[in-house]
Amino acid sequence: MNTDMDKVFKALADPGRRKLLDRLHADNGQTLGELCTHLEMSRQAVTKHLKLLEAANLVATLWRGREKLHYLNPVPILEIADRWIGKYERGRLRALADLKQQLEGDTNG
Amino acid sequence: MADSRFVYVTYIRTTPEKLWQALTEPEFTRKFWCNTVQESSWQPGASWRIMIPDGRVADSGEVVEAVPPKRLVLIWRNEFKPELREEGYSRLTYELEPIGETVKLTLIHEMDRPKSKLIDAVSQGWPHLMASLKSLLETGESLVETREWPQGV
Repeated sequence: MNTDMDKVFKALADPGRRKLLDRLHADNGQTLGELCTHLEMSRQAVTKHLKLLEAANLVATLWRGREKLHYLNPVPILEIADRWIGKYERGRLRALADLKQQLEGDTNG
Repeated sequence: MADSRFVYVTYIRTTPEKLWQALTEPEFTRKFWCNTVQESSWQPGASWRIMIPDGRVADSGEVVEAVPPKRLVLIWRNEFKPELREEGYSRLTYELEPIGETVKLTLIHEMDRPKSKLIDAVSQGWPHLMASLKSLLETGESLVETREWPQGV
């Protein structure tokens, strides 16, 4: 599991790859050619980035006829949210609960 | 053709047989799919529907392909929201592929129309259901928020 998470964070660490994910978020299911338009990256660089994103399961590909389409896969992002954000949220809620108990305990006492 | 498509790929530590069961059998779907059951003989051409606990039909359609435990294709129409129902039939594909100790599950939900409201709606639901399915198969517990049909829906 950790190695999977490492792949995801490494994949997300590059601005070019984040840009590609943003473009898929805006318009899901693009071909390599479509993804390359209006980008300041070579086709080779985009291909390399997409391979890494696919290895991290952030991008899923499908063949439709002769076209290879790229889709943003929400799973790893969801796992990051559960693993990291959810944890901090729970911590904050616990802190608030403790504060409430403390304050109410004070007035009661 | 301009169309709408949702794609989801997840790796689950289980066997293809167990995953197939979990996707089709009521004792499993009740746990991770909001207490719903699916009624079908799971043969190509057979009818298929998802029942809401209160007796309404959530979605219905037909089995297009069934190759247990590898590939299941359904056509799918929403039945309880008029604005989604009027879009007609979408197509759902599950592909199950064993990879090492895990099964790669690819879910494709698509419709031959641009900006489909149905695909937009299911795109919000699938990640929760599939995360819950993964949790159920790997830990024996589904996610709490997917155990009951949401109130008022």
